[in-house]
Amino acid sequence: MSVKNRMSGNEAVANAIRQINPDVIAAFPITPSTEIPQYVSSFKADGLIDTEFIAVESEHSAMSACIGASAAGVRAMTATSSAGMALMYELLYVAASDRLPIVLAAVNRALTGPININADHSDSMGARDAGWIQLYSENAQEAYDNMLMAHRIAEHPDVMLPIMICQDGFITSHAIENILLEDDGPVKKFVGEYKPHKYLLNTEEALAVGPYSVSPFVIEMKRAEHEAMKNAKQVILDVSADFAKTFGRSYGFFEEYRMEDAEVGVLLMSSAAGTAKDAVDKLRERGVKAGLVKLRAFRPFPNDELAEALKGLKALAIMDRSDGFSATGGPLNAEVRAALYGKADTKITGYIYGLGGRDIRVEDFEDIFGELADMLTGTELPYCRYRGVRE
Amino acid sequence: MIEIRWHGRGGQGAKTAALLLADAAFETGLYVQGFPEYGPERMGAPITAYNRLNEAPIRVHSNIYEPDMVVVVDETLLKSVDVTAGLKPGGKLLVNSRRQPAEVLADFPDFGGEIYVIDAADISIRTIGRNLPNTPLLSAAVKLTGILKEADFFTNMEKAFAEKFASKPEVISGNLNALKDAWTAAIRINE
Repeated sequence: MSVKNRMSGNEAVANAIRQINPDVIAAFPITPSTEIPQYVSSFKADGLIDTEFIAVESEHSAMSACIGASAAGVRAMTATSSAGMALMYELLYVAASDRLPIVLAAVNRALTGPININADHSDSMGARDAGWIQLYSENAQEAYDNMLMAHRIAEHPDVMLPIMICQDGFITSHAIENILLEDDGPVKKFVGEYKPHKYLLNTEEALAVGPYSVSPFVIEMKRAEHEAMKNAKQVILDVSADFAKTFGRSYGFFEEYRMEDAEVGVLLMSSAAGTAKDAVDKLRERGVKAGLVKLRAFRPFPNDELAEALKGLKALAIMDRSDGFSATGGPLNAEVRAALYGKADTKITGYIYGLGGRDIRVEDFEDIFGELADMLTGTELPYCRYRGVRE
Repeated sequence: MIEIRWHGRGGQGAKTAALLLADAAFETGLYVQGFPEYGPERMGAPITAYNRLNEAPIRVHSNIYEPDMVVVVDETLLKSVDVTAGLKPGGKLLVNSRRQPAEVLADFPDFGGEIYVIDAADISIRTIGRNLPNTPLLSAAVKLTGILKEADFFTNMEKAFAEKFASKPEVISGNLNALKDAWTAAIRINE
């Protein structure tokens, strides 16, 4: 049964972890994800979980410990943000290429510098090529729900890849909001037991994990990893469908909001999507055919599905909460444009917004929709520009 | 939707008050948000906290720029922060102060809404034994929103304090007394 509650995004994720009761958690504190291991260590001290909690001395070690635990054949989790994820960087690739279904609770925070503790997506976007599945969450409910699905997606035999569940630092991680929590029993049944196909501690079948590999083998392993990420698409849909059947909340690769007959739309991820939905409703009241697509799965990237959802738009704004410093625009801008290439004559403009926690308001989205309307009457808008910056 | 903005300094409990207000409103069946806006993480730095209370689910995730109510936890902020910025013309301003009403009123010559003053320091020192103004301010703020009846509020908060102070139950009764004393202590100082 769903129980009405109210809590922060961090507490919601910590409660998911309590219900999952993973075998190992290795973590090092960093704002704004610190509360997650803090709650988990309280659960451990209170006897609510029997997880092995490893208090390591750095994030490099946190991910290393997760890799060791996962390779040994158990469920391993961690949580981090910003510079913590950057310090894991080398190990993120090791986890993915060793095909270890580690689950990481990512609380998105700007990467230094200038040093800043607030939300943007530069940390997980920096890790976008590491071979991790990435799901992004609009609010505490989605962070909780995505966490409940994480293990099933990552551990599926066709996938066996690590996964990070992302939410926006402070904006949702530290905000108390209403949430529906599921009872422990149904959650445990949904998540199920982890039965690794191959693992280091299996004395019946000797195995090496992560040895040096010579050129005649590396590209074959990368090809297999590529296939696993492709397979993750169907698994995400299947696990999400089972989640909807079990708990009543539906998820896909992305959410389409008032897109049926939309002519102007925005594409974005995470907490700002809620703010943008309020703007869409306001514009609809004024007769503007506005819509929104909120991307949940950035890795794997739902290329064809996204193109199908967006191709009916006459004008589209792609909104990046990280720069990428390509000198042309953020990573979402590049990948969504590529998805639409040759499939639509939608006019597209890009925005970089919200860096270092810069607020974005309903009024900002109303302005952006206004700019899209201008595009329809012939105004040329740049490939990408900053929104909400003082210049 | 009721939107509230809290102005305090790091360590004074403005964030905790906002979170407790969200808790109290949740108990009435409302949809709630309670969230802080951090600047530098240090004691004494100005911080802002926010509440949204609504009968329908809340999707917006921005800060609050046009609040219905503003609570000033520390009046030394009045020199550096424009606390009434965006406050709705008919809105409510609650100031924690030990000064005479006329002096406080003189700080807000341009604000046309309702101005209330409470000596949260006095209540807090008498009931809790230390200057922790957020508990009395929480009580006064809840009363001004009108979301909860007195008795329901105290019952809900007794439960919330039992959870929050599970490791130091000796402070629960002082905090409850602070809430009770503060319920009628905010005085409107303008017409």
